[in-house]
Amino acid sequence: MSTGTTKLDVVVSDVVPVNDLVTRFHFRRRDGGLLPTFSGGAHVVVEMRDSDRTRLNPYSLMGSPLDTREYTISVRRDDVGRGGSLFMHRQVKPGLEMVISYPVNLFSLDLRAKKHLMLAGGIGITPFMAQTSQLAAAGGNFELHYTCRTASLGTYADVLQQRYGNRVHLYHDDREQRIDLDRLLSSQPLGTHLYVCGPAGMINWVRHRAAALGWPSETVHFEHFAAPQPGAPFDVTLAVSGKTIRVGEQQSLLEAMEAAGVDPPYLCRGGVCGQCETNVISSDGKFIHNDHWLSEEDHRSGCKIMPCVSRFEGKSLVLER
Amino acid sequence: MAAKTIISRPIYGTLSPQPGKHHLFVADAEGALAIIDMAGKAPPGFFDGAEIDFIPGPEGKHIAALEALRPAQLHIAPSFASLLPRLKQTLTNAHMGLRLYLAGTEGLIGQAMQVALEAGMDHTSIQTEHRGSLARRMQCVHCKGITENVTTQPALCAHCGLLLLVRDHYSRRLAAFQGVCINAEDRSEIPPMEEAFP
Repeated sequence: MSTGTTKLDVVVSDVVPVNDLVTRFHFRRRDGGLLPTFSGGAHVVVEMRDSDRTRLNPYSLMGSPLDTREYTISVRRDDVGRGGSLFMHRQVKPGLEMVISYPVNLFSLDLRAKKHLMLAGGIGITPFMAQTSQLAAAGGNFELHYTCRTASLGTYADVLQQRYGNRVHLYHDDREQRIDLDRLLSSQPLGTHLYVCGPAGMINWVRHRAAALGWPSETVHFEHFAAPQPGAPFDVTLAVSGKTIRVGEQQSLLEAMEAAGVDPPYLCRGGVCGQCETNVISSDGKFIHNDHWLSEEDHRSGCKIMPCVSRFEGKSLVLER
Repeated sequence: MAAKTIISRPIYGTLSPQPGKHHLFVADAEGALAIIDMAGKAPPGFFDGAEIDFIPGPEGKHIAALEALRPAQLHIAPSFASLLPRLKQTLTNAHMGLRLYLAGTEGLIGQAMQVALEAGMDHTSIQTEHRGSLARRMQCVHCKGITENVTTQPALCAHCGLLLLVRDHYSRRLAAFQGVCINAEDRSEIPPMEEAFP
């Protein structure tokens, strides 16, 4: 398989329902040893073997980076998604042997910062669970602003408030509590770095306001795993391997290539890391770009596609794979 | 303009107005001209939230032209050393949204950047433009003494007196180029001293 995706043989050591939508999974090494070191913000790709189909979904590690006896992830159930989260919720039980990737961090803390300002939306809280543990252990200066729909869906809000007191600020949509973002961003001391993880709309809003208020792009960090969106099936010609494949409605282009025995490199499978970037040789139709990696110019030009999350509608598509 | 030789050798750009709530300019001598050129591209009201800290140098020019930009504050300092406490105080009290613009000699840009890095700014987010003298601030790697305004190659260390090859190897932390003894094998060998950084 691809570079950077060395595998770990693990066993599910615990499955803990957290609330109506979220369940936490604990993994330990099958051989009983310690898991590799990771830093706050890292994710692993979990292989889900569901009868004849294998899904590979990324999840942020949410445990303390100081404890590598186990890895923990939290999975939000998505009833209308492609089935990965439903598989985790329904099929994964303690004792199940699974395979996960080594941790990869595409959302790491910049430890030169004087202060870390964290903005989480919904299940986007998970990387901050690890980052706050890491910073708290080192006496780091951080402040977390966490928006959730209702108090009962505020995953880990209670844990975070207990651990960090008034460094944690909660906002509940059902009580119409909103972050006063401009004021928050304008009152941060020089040397603050901003981290945002949550729905795409929230990330875009925060990045846009930060840029307008004079935050240099080097100080704004964000992570959004775009789950591959389902869509109309389409045919693709892979010029290098000489294959023509069909991408199914519930399948990503990357998954369809892998099913055909073509293994492009990947790390995040969520449109952020850039590993699976693929050149377009020719196309007649419309690209549906869902990634956060390519520039707007690349999107417009139609010369590149991120097969992990993006799709195509039209007559023909030839890729350099 | 400085040419790129090795990776640590700083590259300077052209000042351009950045989005932000406050704008701090630090310049010396002909660096004022970089600010004045940039003002032509700035949106109306840009200098309402701007402070200019200016070290005119011996020729004492450009002060009136900077006043004409009507910045919120114009502070004239006789030397970088005399400006340093003010600069540190400003950056310590500053909030995100402050943008920094440095223009003038390499010594000025490097030393102001050194203060900004300590305040938590990223060097890539600071606007710089080189104007005026190419004179270098040099650290002797042997005695660690800093010699200001080095214009020759090789150059004498003002502290230990060794004859030093002024390298392009630059330290952002020290805001200085590294000077290495040029005749360590045979001190009687004295290469000719040429004006290299006018």
